[in-house]
Amino acid sequence: MSETNKTESAPEAAIPHQASAPGEREVLLKVEGLQKHFPIKKGILQRQVAAVKAVDGIDFEVRKGETLGVVGESGCGKSTMGRVITRLQDPTGGSIHFEGQDITKLSTGKMRPLRRDIQMIFQDPYGSLNPRHTIGSIVSAPFRLQGVEPEGGVKKEVQRLLELVGLSPEHYNRYPHEFSGGQRQRIGIARALALKPKLVVADEPVSALDVSIQAQVVNLMDDLQQELGLTYVIIAHDLSVVRHVSDRVAVMYLGKIVEFADSSKLYESPMHPYTKALMSAVPVPDPKRRGQKNERILLRGDVPSPIAPPSGCRFHTRCWKATQICKTTEPPLLELRPGQRVACHHPENFADQAPQDVVLLSAAKEAVDLVGSAVLAEEAKQAQASAAAETASEEPAAAAEETVTAEETVSAEETVSAEETVAENQESTDK
Amino acid sequence: MTELNKTGAAVGEPTAAHRPEAFLEVRDLKVHFPTDDGIVKSVDGLSFSLEKGKTLAIVGESGSGKSVTSLAVMGLHRLGARGKNVRMGGEIWLDGKELVNASPDEVRRLRGREMAMIFQDPLSAMHPYYKIGDQIVEAYRVHNNVSKKVARKRAIEMLDRVGIPEPAKRVDGYPHEFSGGMRQRAMIAMALVNNPELLIADEPTTALDVTVQAQILDLIRDLQKEFGSAVIMITHDLGVVAEIADDVLVMYGGRCVERGPADEVFEQPQHPYTWGLLGSMPRIDRETSERLIPVKGSPPSLINVPSGCAFHPRCPYADLPKGNVTRTVRPELQQVDGGHFSACHLSPEDRTRIWTEEIAPKL
Ligand SMILES: Nc1ncnc2c1ncn2[C@@H]1O[C@H](COP(=O)(O)OP(=O)(O)OP(=O)(O)O)[C@@H](O)[C@H]1O
Ligand SMILES: Nc1ncnc2c1ncn2[C@@H]1O[C@H](COP(=O)(O)OP(=O)(O)OP(=O)(O)O)[C@@H](O)[C@H]1O
Ligand code: SF4
Ligand code: SF4
Ligand SMILES: [Mg+2]
Ligand SMILES: [Mg+2]
Repeated sequence: MSETNKTESAPEAAIPHQASAPGEREVLLKVEGLQKHFPIKKGILQRQVAAVKAVDGIDFEVRKGETLGVVGESGCGKSTMGRVITRLQDPTGGSIHFEGQDITKLSTGKMRPLRRDIQMIFQDPYGSLNPRHTIGSIVSAPFRLQGVEPEGGVKKEVQRLLELVGLSPEHYNRYPHEFSGGQRQRIGIARALALKPKLVVADEPVSALDVSIQAQVVNLMDDLQQELGLTYVIIAHDLSVVRHVSDRVAVMYLGKIVEFADSSKLYESPMHPYTKALMSAVPVPDPKRRGQKNERILLRGDVPSPIAPPSGCRFHTRCWKATQICKTTEPPLLELRPGQRVACHHPENFADQAPQDVVLLSAAKEAVDLVGSAVLAEEAKQAQASAAAETASEEPAAAAEETVTAEETVSAEETVSAEETVAENQESTDK
Repeated sequence: MTELNKTGAAVGEPTAAHRPEAFLEVRDLKVHFPTDDGIVKSVDGLSFSLEKGKTLAIVGESGSGKSVTSLAVMGLHRLGARGKNVRMGGEIWLDGKELVNASPDEVRRLRGREMAMIFQDPLSAMHPYYKIGDQIVEAYRVHNNVSKKVARKRAIEMLDRVGIPEPAKRVDGYPHEFSGGMRQRAMIAMALVNNPELLIADEPTTALDVTVQAQILDLIRDLQKEFGSAVIMITHDLGVVAEIADDVLVMYGGRCVERGPADEVFEQPQHPYTWGLLGSMPRIDRETSERLIPVKGSPPSLINVPSGCAFHPRCPYADLPKGNVTRTVRPELQQVDGGHFSACHLSPEDRTRIWTEEIAPKL
């Protein structure tokens, strides 16, 4: 990566440039208006009464050979997005194009040949490994199912793969329960990479791994990318890992993408307040800094429900900059700086998009208490610089009492047993 | 904490010499699994102790025996399908009771109430056909004589405390309807529902983003403050270790290679494996985007454990100590100072020099 160090205040016009030079790669996967809603049914008649809007209208593209990182709070829809773009679950709306082909509605049968090219590494290694099969047979399944005979035979190739992910031949005949958590995770990685797919959606691929093996696996994925031009979508909550591996990063909040940017830009000068909060909360491995919470923005307030997400900007119930417009109008995802798209009326490190709207919501005032002093100091500087009258916003603001009231109890919608899910996952990855 | 464990003691021989003073004391623990390919020595002579109100972090490579150790403390190796094939040795003393040789019933009574565990794999610990809430209610009612209604209230309260949005609705959801991180939190709620005196948290925050992680760590601190609980925190996230641990124990190949107060282990790590661990860590406060430096080589076989120091095939300094000792003699834990121990043949001078001149500047 060779980004020039950018300064925050570069006043280059907000004209959306075409993507920056290294990004002029071909688009491998394109997603438009993607939605996945899980119906909530109730009563004997199982009528649908509401829906969990796990993914609620997202657009992005993944370019050939790049690594796209996806981050966001637990429950914001990352795994669902991953399962939908790999067509392990059907989308409720929107479209998915892979290599120019519309795969949104392809049947299982028509998807089968594509399974070789599109692989998923599951977040839950235990749930995705068939407990009755040895590791040898689990990792060799893709070869069998796709009828591929690697050079030197399947067994040799499988042992090579296992070795690449740091497992040894003595593991070949063992069953999933005889492995440690991190070992299981690597079995899933070996299986997904077996057929050298074009696109790998990796859901928390290294979360259970210690740093050393994490590094080994990250480097392995890196090597394969160099060698074979693999494309990755890596879902991870660990921002330091994402930073390390990603060319670009999508930040999700409650089923939406709120910021989508080149990795270096995102980490140098995040524009969405939520991104900023996420990054400020990363613990640093240094006991001397223990307890120094003042640099952190701790998001308080409940994570709103994806059943009835807040109006306007979904983050307005927790954002310390929220004003009236945030509550009423959903900010579009715009490329405010080259290589940096953001959905916010009052972005950080950039010109205010709604400067006339200065009255803070009362929820925002509460949130201010939670913002670390360092952040506030910085904010104050910015406010002075831009001469915005934000400090004078003492008028009583309209209370942001949008109590999220999702009506009904969530009832077991699909009575898919975990075991069935396992079988399904197993099948779909194996196909 | 002064024992130098005798290696080679017969597995399964109780030597209940004296009751320890510490709340939890593990002595020369061994957990071996016979398999077709040989005996897997997952834990092979591990000793540590833990006082009430304190937190011990166990770190170490994937497959080094962290989870197997915690399952041993919980008495879970001898249960069900797992129990067919395990050989255990050594002693585990919890609050004056020895657990390795106790009857399964005795251990079961302690489990849940006196000691509880957050499992690394939430799905393996939850029943797929039962609602999340019912599973927590069940865990609560086993040890508390209360009505279902009261227990349900408690379950909702716990789900709320672990940050599940709209807990009153989510309480009736099934595990597959929860996201990965939500499942993990539901399991934390289940483990904490009885305010255990000993909490073993096996990678409790792996699936959680930093905000929720901070909330969970606070919750664990609260438990400690309120009930004086002892906590074993297994994690590969050194950020979490730095934040919460009083002591750190570093495992490699089923044994402890370094142990000591957290500050000292971070500032003056003494073992080459610990150095490797610190060097391969991505940090957000660091500028580098070069490749991470993993500890080179593969994890050791636990069936044919390398001779001498188990780390020697991967250790850049294996040839430094004279006379090939690293390959022939197993280094025992030796005191560095105070409560800080390390198992390595390097001389203290060499260690200090390598750390200050070669390793520390690169971190
Ligand atoms: N039932 C079993 N039979 C055979 N080997 C086993 C069994 N259970 C665990 N092992 C082995 O024991 C070793 C230690 O496993 P353990 O689960 O304790 O690792 P860990 O330190 O928790 O690793 P991780 O960080 O990956 O979770 C591993 O190499 C594992 O393969
Ligand atoms: N099968 C399902 N039925 C009902 N709700 C579901 C189902 N699958 C997911 N959800 C809900 O959709 C939302 C998004 O879940 P998802 O698993 O995509 O989150 P995530 O971003 O991957 O979170 P995590 O980081 O915790 O894994 C959650 O509220 C979850 O409860
Ligand atoms: S400033 Fe407004 S639009 Fe921007 S994140 Fe906050 S609430 Fe949303
Ligand atoms: S004993 Fe030898 S091989 Fe083992 S860690 Fe020390 S120097 Fe390295
Ligand atoms: Mg997920
Ligand atoms: Mg483990």
